[in-house]
Amino acid sequence: MKFNGENIAKYALMTVAFSAVASLLLIAVFIFKEGLPFMMKVGLKDFLFASDWDPLAGKFGIYPMIVASLWVTFGAMLIGAPLGIAGAIFLNEFAPPMMMKIIKPTIELLAGIPSVVFGFLGVMVLAPWIRATLGGPGLSVLAASIILGIMVLPTVLSISIDAIASVPNSYREGALALGATRWQSVYMVTIKAARSGIIASIILAMGRALGETMAVIMVAGNTVKVPHAVTDPVRTLTANIALEMANATGMAREALFATGIVLFMVIMVLNGIALSAIKGKARKK
Amino acid sequence: MKIMVALTGVVLCAGFMGLTGCGKSRENVTIAGSTAFQPFAEKLADQYMSTHPGVMITVQGGGSSMGIQSALSGAAEIGMADLVELPPEAASLKSLIVARDGIAVVVNPANKVSSLTYDQVRDVFSGKIKNWKDVGGSDYAIAVISREAGSGTRSSFEKILGGIKLAEDALVQDSNGTIRETVANDQNAIGYVSHGLINEKIKAVSVDGIECMEATIMKGEYRLVRPVFLMAKEGASPACQAFLEYVMSNEAQELLHQSGLIRAK
Amino acid sequence: MRISPKITQALAVLLLGSATFFTVMVLVFVIVFVLGKGLPGVTWEFLSTNPRDMGRAGGILPTLVGTILLPLLAIAIALPLGVGTSVYLTEYTRETRMTRALRFGTDCLAGIPSIIFGLFGFIFFVVGLNMGWCLLSGGLTLAIMILPTIIRTSEEAIRAVPNSWREVSFSLGATRWETVLKVVLPNALPGIVTGVMLGIGRSIGETAAVIFTAGSALRMPISAFDSVRTMSVHFYILAREGISTEKAYATAAVLIISVLMVNLIAYGMMHRFIARRAR
Repeated sequence: MKFNGENIAKYALMTVAFSAVASLLLIAVFIFKEGLPFMMKVGLKDFLFASDWDPLAGKFGIYPMIVASLWVTFGAMLIGAPLGIAGAIFLNEFAPPMMMKIIKPTIELLAGIPSVVFGFLGVMVLAPWIRATLGGPGLSVLAASIILGIMVLPTVLSISIDAIASVPNSYREGALALGATRWQSVYMVTIKAARSGIIASIILAMGRALGETMAVIMVAGNTVKVPHAVTDPVRTLTANIALEMANATGMAREALFATGIVLFMVIMVLNGIALSAIKGKARKK
Repeated sequence: MKIMVALTGVVLCAGFMGLTGCGKSRENVTIAGSTAFQPFAEKLADQYMSTHPGVMITVQGGGSSMGIQSALSGAAEIGMADLVELPPEAASLKSLIVARDGIAVVVNPANKVSSLTYDQVRDVFSGKIKNWKDVGGSDYAIAVISREAGSGTRSSFEKILGGIKLAEDALVQDSNGTIRETVANDQNAIGYVSHGLINEKIKAVSVDGIECMEATIMKGEYRLVRPVFLMAKEGASPACQAFLEYVMSNEAQELLHQSGLIRAK
Repeated sequence: MRISPKITQALAVLLLGSATFFTVMVLVFVIVFVLGKGLPGVTWEFLSTNPRDMGRAGGILPTLVGTILLPLLAIAIALPLGVGTSVYLTEYTRETRMTRALRFGTDCLAGIPSIIFGLFGFIFFVVGLNMGWCLLSGGLTLAIMILPTIIRTSEEAIRAVPNSWREVSFSLGATRWETVLKVVLPNALPGIVTGVMLGIGRSIGETAAVIFTAGSALRMPISAFDSVRTMSVHFYILAREGISTEKAYATAAVLIISVLMVNLIAYGMMHRFIARRAR
C-alpha cells in the first residue's frame, strides 16, 4: 500500500510539475498562431526594422517600439537594480536586525501597490516636474524609467535580501577571521556566494519592467518615434498592444499579436542569457 | 497549509453556489464597444434596470472594433461603435444610429488661442504647424495628443479632416477622458474629445468661427460630427431587442441629450 | 595610493545606507501621498455602498468584493499546482534535462508580460471557451500569471530546509512522501506563505490582464460567470478618464490599506508559526 501511495504521489506531482510549462506552451501556441502568419506576410525586415507604424495604411514597422522598450527597461534597471541591491546588502550586513524587521515587510508591501497607482503618481507629480525642469512633454522615457525603477525596487530588494541571508554565516566568519573588514567580507565573499540569487532578482525585475503595461501607457506618452533624448515620449511594445488591441481588426490585430511574439522572444533571449550566466559562474566556482 | 486548504474549499464552494444558485432568474444582456459611448450606455442601462428588475445589463468598454467583433462572435449581444461609417464586416449586423456626437478640438484653458480654422486644425494634427505662435499663440511647441490607431473617434476625426496622416511626434492616449486629462495637465497640448466631455478643465476652440455646441451640431454648422451605432445580430433575444427599443424611446433619447449627446431623431 | 580598508568600509556603509534610506523614503512618499489625499474620502459609506454615476459619486462596494474574490480564486488554482511543481523539482528528481526544461519554462512564464496573459486569457477563456468576461476567466488567467511566483518562492523555501532533517526522517523509516508532508512542507511554510502573499499582491495590483479577462462591469458579481471590476481597474478608470480624482485617491487609499492588511496577516501567521515550532 505504502509503495503504491508513494508512486501515486510521485506521478501526480510529476503531472502537476508540467502545469507551468503547459501554460507557457498554450500561451505561445495561441500567440504564434495569431501572429506568425502575419510576420510571414509582411516580412521580418519590414516588421522589425521599419519605423513607420500606421496599421490602417498597411504600415507595420515596430522598430521604434523595440528601441523604446529597451531604453525604458535599461533606464529602469539603472535606477532599480543598484538601489535594490545596495539596500539588500545594507540591511543584511550593516543594519541592526530591528531595522531589517521593519523595513523588509514595509518594502514587500510596496510590491503589492498596483502599478496604476505608480503610473498615476507619474502623471500627477513626475511628468509635470520633468516638463518644467527638462522640457519636452513630460511624459517621456525618463518618466517611465523612474516609475518602473521604483516599481521593480521591491522585487530586487526582497529577493536579494533572501539570497544574501541564505549565505552561510561560516563564510563571513571565515573572511573576518582572516582579518577582512566587514565590507571586504561582503564584497569578496557574501556577494559572490549570493550572486545567483541577486542575478535572479534582476532578471525578474527586468521581466517586470519590460512587461509593465498600464503604468507605462500612463507616463511614456505613446509616441511612435525612435527616441533621441530621455525627455522624448515613446511607445513600448507592451503599450502598443494594450493601446490598440481594443480597436484593432484584421491585419492590425494580427500585427499586435506579432508584437506579442517579439516581446515573447526578447524575454526568452534575456532569460537564456541570464540563466546561462548564472550557470557559467556557478561552474567556475 | 490547512488554512490554505480551507480557503481553497471556501472559494470553490462559493463559486459553485454562485454557478448553480443564481443567474437563471435574470435575463442577461451584455453591451461592449466604443469607450466614448460607454458612460452613456451605463447610464441608459442603470435607468432601464431600475424599471425592469428582471433584466441584467452589463456594459463593457473595449473600443468600437471590439464592439463589432463581440457582437459578431456573440461575446456581447449588443456592440457599440462610433465611426463615420461601419466597416464591411459589420454588414451582417443590424445597426442603429442611436445618437450623434460632436468632436471638439480642445486646448488647455491657459492657452490664449481659442479659435482655429479648419485648415489650421488639419495642419496642426498632421504636423505641418508645430508652434503655437503660427496660429496666434505664444512661442511654444505644440504637443499634439491623439487617440490610438483604430479608435472610432480618431478615424472619424481624420476622415472629416480629409484623410490626414497624424503628426509623427503626436502623443497617443487610449480614451477620450485621458485626452482630456492630458490636455488639462499640459499648457501646450491640443487634442480632441467628444463634445459631451468638455468641462472646465479644458477649452474647446471654435473651428472656422463656429463653436462646438449642441445648437451648431444640430443645425449641421459644426463640421466635426460622427454618429453612434448600436449593433445586434439578427434574431437577438427579446430582452436585447426590448433594450434597443428603449434606447430609441423618447425617455432614453432625452437622457442621452441631458448627458451631452445629440439626439438621433 | 591605497585607501585603507577602514575608510573604504565607512564609505561603503555610508553609500549603502543612504541608498537604503532613499529607497525607503521614495516608497514611504508614495504611501503617504496617496493615503493623505485619499483617506479623507474613505468612510463607511464609501466602502459599503454601490457607486453612482460611474463612480463619480457613491462607494466602491462591488469593486471591493471583486478585489477579494479574484485573487482568492487565482490562489486557489495556482497554489496546489505551484507547490506541487516545486516539491517535484526539489524532492523527486535530480537535475536532468527535463527539470532544466521545466525550470526554464517557469522562468519564461515569469517574464511574460501581463498584457500577453490578458490577450491569451481573452482569446482562450473569454472567446475560445466562450466563458465571457467573468470572475472565472480572470481567476484562471491570474492563476497562470502568479504560478511562477509561487513555484519560485516555494522551491527556494524547500531548498532552504536542511538536508540533514530529511535524512533523519528517512532514517526513522519515513517514505519520501511522508517526509515531504511532515518535514519539508511544514518547515518551508513561511517561504510558501511569502509566495502566496506576493501572488495575492500581484493579483490585487494587476490591471491589464484583468481588464481583458474579467471585464470592467461596475456591478456586484453574483456568480462565477459575472464580470467584475477590481479596485485597481476601478482606480485606473477613475483616474485616467478623469471621472473623479477625489474618488480615485480614496479608492487607491483603500487599495493600499488592503494590501497592507493582507501582508500584516500573513506576517502574523508566519511569526506565530515560527514561534510555535521553536517551542
